[in-house]
Amino acid sequence: MTTSLLIVQILNGLQLGILLFLVAAGLTLVFGVMDFINLAHGVQYMLGAYLAVTFVSLTGSFMLGLVLALAAALAFGLVLEFLVFRHLYERDHLDQVLATFGLILLLNQGVKIVWGAAPLSVPVPEFLSGSVRLMDGILYPTYRFALIGAGLAVGGLLWFIVEKTRTGMLLRAGASNAPMVSALGVDIRKLFMIVFAFGTMLAGFAGAMAAPILSVEPGMGDTVLILAFVVIVVGGIGSIRGAFVGALIVGLVDTLGRSFMNDLLRLFMSAPSARATGAALSSMLIYLVMAVVLFVRPEGLLPSKGRT
Amino acid sequence: MAEPVLTLDGVRKSFGALKVTDGVSLAVAPGELHALIGPNGAGKTTLVHQISGMLRPDTGTIRFRGADITALPPEKRARAGLARTFQITSTIASLSVLENVALSVQARATQPLALFRNAARDERLNGPAWKAVEAVGLAERAHVPAGRLSHGEKRALEIAMALTLEPAAILLDEPLAGVGREEGERLIALLKSLKGRYAMLLVEHDMEAVFALADTVSVLVYGRVIASGDPAVVRADPAVREAYLGEEG
Amino acid sequence: MSAADAIAEAPNVATPLPKRRPLFAAILFVLIALLPLAVTFGLPAHWMTLVTRAMIFAIAALSLDLILGVGGLVSFGHAAFIGIGAYATGILITEGRPEALLILPVILIACAIFGAITGAVSLRTRGVAFIMITLAFGQMAFFLAQALSAYGGDDGLTLPERSTVLGYDLFANRTRFFYVVLAALAGCYGLVSMIVASRFGRVLRASRENATRVTVTGFDVGRVRLIAYVISGMIAGLSGFFLANQTEFVSPAFMSWQRSGELIFMVVLGGTGSLHGAIVGAIAFLFAEDVLASWTEHWKAIFGPLIVLFVLFTRGGIVGILGKLAGRRDG
Repeated sequence: MTTSLLIVQILNGLQLGILLFLVAAGLTLVFGVMDFINLAHGVQYMLGAYLAVTFVSLTGSFMLGLVLALAAALAFGLVLEFLVFRHLYERDHLDQVLATFGLILLLNQGVKIVWGAAPLSVPVPEFLSGSVRLMDGILYPTYRFALIGAGLAVGGLLWFIVEKTRTGMLLRAGASNAPMVSALGVDIRKLFMIVFAFGTMLAGFAGAMAAPILSVEPGMGDTVLILAFVVIVVGGIGSIRGAFVGALIVGLVDTLGRSFMNDLLRLFMSAPSARATGAALSSMLIYLVMAVVLFVRPEGLLPSKGRT
Repeated sequence: MAEPVLTLDGVRKSFGALKVTDGVSLAVAPGELHALIGPNGAGKTTLVHQISGMLRPDTGTIRFRGADITALPPEKRARAGLARTFQITSTIASLSVLENVALSVQARATQPLALFRNAARDERLNGPAWKAVEAVGLAERAHVPAGRLSHGEKRALEIAMALTLEPAAILLDEPLAGVGREEGERLIALLKSLKGRYAMLLVEHDMEAVFALADTVSVLVYGRVIASGDPAVVRADPAVREAYLGEEG
Repeated sequence: MSAADAIAEAPNVATPLPKRRPLFAAILFVLIALLPLAVTFGLPAHWMTLVTRAMIFAIAALSLDLILGVGGLVSFGHAAFIGIGAYATGILITEGRPEALLILPVILIACAIFGAITGAVSLRTRGVAFIMITLAFGQMAFFLAQALSAYGGDDGLTLPERSTVLGYDLFANRTRFFYVVLAALAGCYGLVSMIVASRFGRVLRASRENATRVTVTGFDVGRVRLIAYVISGMIAGLSGFFLANQTEFVSPAFMSWQRSGELIFMVVLGGTGSLHGAIVGAIAFLFAEDVLASWTEHWKAIFGPLIVLFVLFTRGGIVGILGKLAGRRDG
């Protein structure tokens, strides 16, 4: 285990954490404000990536493609809201889970029909290609830095909106007590729409930003969705701050676990058994962390105020 | 005087800056009907929640039949013989009246969670359940799902469920709230018939009922007991008249 | 939809299902038992395989109905138990121990341990969080299976042979295997029915509707739910045993989160909480899958919207619809 590898892996963990935060932020708001469990949120992430593939190759420009992909992902999300989700807000969680599960089946398959089953990719934009030299012998790709930066910027913006604006105040109030906000004369449907659109954009943005460094393939949203669930559960439902902390924990634990578990176990056991145990243990690590957090604090690390 | 069944000593509970229960101390003797009155927002229901274990007090102790139960979870308090009813009636809507009461009988049975024996045909449950259903006057409605009962009938069912726990004390949270006049009179008669047999803590708004039933009255205002004692004395207390009964003139 | 809602919606319709349940189930089992005969008279032969598979999933769906339909706990990680059952079977057979009387206790113990641990953690939460946590634990089991490189890892494990019972290869013949699975399904159905009707089952049903009331009556609701969760997991493990024996193959896909979602759909499709609904749902699901998949490789693009439409526009599942039809005829 060398210092340079450790630094690189910490950056990788950070980058995974940022992606997870972008997906989890929208999801946790939708849970908090609407008490709506939307499994199809991961599909928005996948669509963001696929739309980025299409629009970047059509326009030849990463930035323009990104903007168009975001707009298209948002439009698609709103169509889904209108056609399906809107009819589920009043239903119980079981109905919500099932209907959005049906959407996942459709959209994962739909993506295969439209874009094919083979993994696609987006070229890293010219101006962000190359690497940054951190110290002697440590190079880290510029694009990944840009991703971390963009994620942090969006996170900051989100924090500002939720903590400092009137809409954000209503969101926080709605997350802890929706009937009360409704009684204040706020159009709760409109608030739902805004929250939903916002969440959709964030997930689409995460997918589009991930497209140049991950392979774009059907089902890519499912993995992220389940990791986002872990993030939300660890952080506390409905809490943006919780999602941020949870995402960094999950991102770092998962990445570092996978890279260093073997070395760690080799201190105690032989190389082959360390490899086998390490693979098993590192793939389970974040779930074990989740279990421990829940056992100690069933409401998560930073639950949103007012929810018990 | 006999050793009290239920004793509260300096019970405090705050939600944020709001002190909902501000050092309440009171005692209920065996067979005593102790009424707890007070204006809306005085913290009566919160206090009942703390006694039944659904909320944990911040400080203070609750003793029941000589044991400190302050830290006990609600199900253990129920098993120790502390039963309660709810301000908003709480029954199992899809189960019949008889089944609701049988559930309560079951809680006291030797094998409350037997896995394989059929419960609906179990005479050891149904026998005592029938007795309680008859005692509260619901025999004709025994096979109706609890969700379809009238408000007063649900109250009676809750009392039947409480009685079958063979409790040493019953907490009654506004049993007359939302009940019509005729049903109300029937419930008052029912409570009267239970008097002397169980220690009861009755939270109620209906003053007529309180003064007809209670052996002792405590007045709770802003989380504090401002007066406690014989109903006639409490009624005459100037502080009580000012804080609470003033409007009666 | 809770039973309370059902009453509110249909104030004059008494729910006839519990009384008719044994009759309905008996008819269902007799119909299934006649299938091998019907196949000799010309029904498509692959229906034997299909119905066997459907019965195996029906065991899992039935066990899920105990916690989901009866207990009101939406567990999204139920496929993990199938996977544990299947992997225990696969690993023991690979290690040269095909005896069912050895494998089954191992499965039951393994599922009970997994259920007790994951249940103790996830039952500390409610609602949405419970769904997410069970999903996460299911995923954990999936990744663990992927990491089992000694037993095929991601590619899965092909079994050298099927299990034996007391050394006798009871499962080798297709018809015999069919009847063994049917007997297991009927047995599980009887067992779960008994549990639901018992004192324990009454507390479990009541907790779904009003946990507070059950608590102040003196029951530890958390403990009751945990016991139900463990029992449910053990029965699902049994279905994993049969699944491994039927396919002679085990892979992490057995416990994918989609599989857990499909199990939930089977239960809801048939009608939650009715037990025989889970069996009907599993059979309907596998037949629908079979038909759609024979039309197009993109069958999931059709199946997905069907699920959405089903959720949005029907209530009570197939059994509920049949019950309503029967009720209308009677009235």
